[in-house]
Amino acid sequence: MSVEATIRVQAADFDAAQEEALLTQGRRDVGALVAFTGLCRDDDGALAALELEHYPGMAEEEIGRVARDALARWPLTGLTVIHRHGLIRPGERIVLVVAAARHRGEAFAAAEFMMDYLKTRAPFWKKERRVDGTDGGWVAAKDADDSAAARWES
Amino acid sequence: MKAVYFAWVRERIGVSEEEIDPPREVETVRQLVDWLSARGEGYAAAFANPKTIRAAIDKTHAAPDAPIGAAREIAFFPPMTGG
Repeated sequence: MSVEATIRVQAADFDAAQEEALLTQGRRDVGALVAFTGLCRDDDGALAALELEHYPGMAEEEIGRVARDALARWPLTGLTVIHRHGLIRPGERIVLVVAAARHRGEAFAAAEFMMDYLKTRAPFWKKERRVDGTDGGWVAAKDADDSAAARWES
Repeated sequence: MKAVYFAWVRERIGVSEEEIDPPREVETVRQLVDWLSARGEGYAAAFANPKTIRAAIDKTHAAPDAPIGAAREIAFFPPMTGG
């Protein structure tokens, strides 16, 4: 049976527990559920919010491409990806990946693969808004994220 | 074709999208970047460092040597920072 990923790009917050429940309810064949939530972090108390810009249409399509790749690599029973855009304050949720499978190995791997590729391929950009009202500029892409994605190439 | 810009590429150019009509000899993403760069200061600033520019043709990532041929929409943006 082919599995289709659930993908949403939205301004609204999400409920991780509810999304997890949707991947397991009424099923007896799911042995592992790995859920990752990415939060807006503020290391030095200066961040008021992140403004997440996205490319409507391409964001959904690109996450879809990565999700289909994940489903082709691992025998998952379900996969959900939600990515928010708009103004997100420290402590608030940005992204959710839930991977369900028979065994934990593929669920862990698929969730990590999704996140590594989301960070380097999904068209989202973060701008910092500071507590003092100034514009903190655009967050620069990290080489470490590229290396993390590159390790899945073989 | 429609050109769309995001993040600091959009800010430097000053518009989020526009119709463009490059001449026939502009065949690849790289050549389109060069052509756009010559349109004004904002464009030149946006495309000053080609290493920091990513492109998508009809919402699919495109390499600098990709042909722009029948593209309906071409997008330019900095490296992604989602997740």
